[in-house]
Amino acid sequence: MNKNFGEEKKFNFGFLDENSKREIRRKLLKAAALPGYQVPFASRELPIARGWGTGGLQITMSIIGEDDIIKVIDQGSDDVVNAVNLRNLIARTTGVETTLKTEEATIIQTRHRIPEKNMTSDQILVLQVPYPEPLRRVEPSEEISRQMHAEKDYSLAWLDLYERVVKWGEITIGSQYPVMVNGRYIMSPSPIPRWDIPKLNNADTLYLFGAGREKRIYAVPPYTDVKPLEFEDYHFRVENFDGKRCLFCGSTDSYLDEGYDSESGEKYYVCSDSAYCRERIKNDEEL
Amino acid sequence: MGYVAVRGGSKAVENAEKLVEYFRIKGESSLLDIEAVKDQFRLGIDKIMSEGSLYDRDLAAAALKQSEGDKIEASFLLRAFRATKPRAYYSTIEKTNEMRILRRISAAFKDVPGGQILGPTRDYTTRLIDYKLFNEDREAVNKFKEEFLEEINNKSEDELESRPEFPKVIDLLKEEGLLIHNDEKKKQIKPDTDITRDGLDFPASRSAALQVMARGETGGMITLAYSTMRGYGNIHPVLGELRVGYLPLKINHPEKDEEVVLGEVLVTEAEVISQEFSDNEDQDMPVFTVGYGICFGHNEEKAIAMAVLDRSMAADSSDAPAEDQEFVLSHIDGIEAAGFTAHWKLPHYVTFQSVLDRIRKSQAEGRVKDE
Repeated sequence: MNKNFGEEKKFNFGFLDENSKREIRRKLLKAAALPGYQVPFASRELPIARGWGTGGLQITMSIIGEDDIIKVIDQGSDDVVNAVNLRNLIARTTGVETTLKTEEATIIQTRHRIPEKNMTSDQILVLQVPYPEPLRRVEPSEEISRQMHAEKDYSLAWLDLYERVVKWGEITIGSQYPVMVNGRYIMSPSPIPRWDIPKLNNADTLYLFGAGREKRIYAVPPYTDVKPLEFEDYHFRVENFDGKRCLFCGSTDSYLDEGYDSESGEKYYVCSDSAYCRERIKNDEEL
Repeated sequence: MGYVAVRGGSKAVENAEKLVEYFRIKGESSLLDIEAVKDQFRLGIDKIMSEGSLYDRDLAAAALKQSEGDKIEASFLLRAFRATKPRAYYSTIEKTNEMRILRRISAAFKDVPGGQILGPTRDYTTRLIDYKLFNEDREAVNKFKEEFLEEINNKSEDELESRPEFPKVIDLLKEEGLLIHNDEKKKQIKPDTDITRDGLDFPASRSAALQVMARGETGGMITLAYSTMRGYGNIHPVLGELRVGYLPLKINHPEKDEEVVLGEVLVTEAEVISQEFSDNEDQDMPVFTVGYGICFGHNEEKAIAMAVLDRSMAADSSDAPAEDQEFVLSHIDGIEAAGFTAHWKLPHYVTFQSVLDRIRKSQAEGRVKDE
């Protein structure tokens, strides 16, 4: 246990009160029982701004126990300010151990990425979700979209894909690519890149999704069918990094971020998953 | 009769005014110093100047004090003061890439030329009430300030001297041909537009729309921008760049043929990239489009909301409220909206009497609505 917890004892373990955490755990059980179905919950205010990961954070705070080891990533990185901030908040209000290594964590909270390294059945990935409703692109009303889910009326979602192909010759969706879960619900995988979509399918890990502002929780339990929407002749494709490699570790098989050198202005690519990149650099040094 | 509202109006108004003054000072706390208001309500002052459309920190502070902290009332006071001043000059056009930067970030790329400069931001702090503020200690505050300044002054000359350049992030994408300002929109840039001197016509030029938004009410603009981010519209913005910094205020000398610098103004500028693809008719290729926002003071949500609305109003359709230029521009002025909302407190005896007459007549005739 982190000794800092002692100084912060004015907060309950995990910041939220026990009843709130219990509500969220009940909703999580329902979500896991109905893969891809969005369960409404009474989202609480947390001391970080709405829209900055409060949904994911409420899930993390509700499932975390004293023996857990937490890792927080934002855009794949442990080092960016928002990840640091969330990790500190979790550590301060629970006293649990934190880690930067994917394999060491029991719970990983993430924004916009699934780690490159395969996660195991002993781990849980908590995803922060800005838009839980995959039909929002085609239907602005929440009342009507829920009815469409209930009736499995997904014609507009398919039409949206079709119109993109007609207009641009490609399915032009970047991140947040809609998936069919367990052959029943179309689900937003959160704004992860298409690169990460295959990791949702038949995985060893439990995926929990939390949308704080929109007050929805959903889940993909282990070993669930998760298929990206695609046509027989126009396929789902992951991002293409042919001919590109990470500036730091040389990786050619990870998701890469594009950047511009702050001094020379030259374009470069680096691994988005900082833990993956660090490990590769370390292994190289040891060789 | 105990209560006749129509008489004795001026006496009642006088007493109400006294009561307001009494409520402001009855607590016997230390009277707010205008300098303190100006210094310590920095962001509130910025909002008031932006919405009041007048860049004057002292007056804004006085207005905030006078209005007991009511931000819309304070910006209204500034706007009314503004009406007493003639329009003497128009400033020259400034390039914002030469801004003296306090803060500059891009959400589109991890690293950008010139670097990510966080500057003064609360974004990553935990929002816990700071109980220390109940007993703030002058000595501790001074000590913090001293140590902080010492830390900065200990930086090497090189670090202090180096003033990196900050090229525009969206220019990188423009160079690659990935981004355009829609041609139709370019035609609508009319630098000599002045909405404070000419009435607003619809469809408004983009210049007029940007001017209306620059003095729009932060909350109202956030609401409309949020509606299009959430789903009533199709913008899906990425924040290409957000800048907070000082721009020189220059005018052309009225007699000599030269520019004169009058001072500088603090502004916030946002450029958002819409993730929806658009047609580029010149090249017959899909491109991204941008939205632009700028306002007085340090007010990041307003600048971002403005950029989102600039882009949403340029949408091909106007199916959603935020895509309808007239809907957006007619409703975001805080002074107009609050003023009209408040006006319902004025007597409407005459108009109501008139419609009472109608409903009684209809009831007397036993009419029900035709099926």
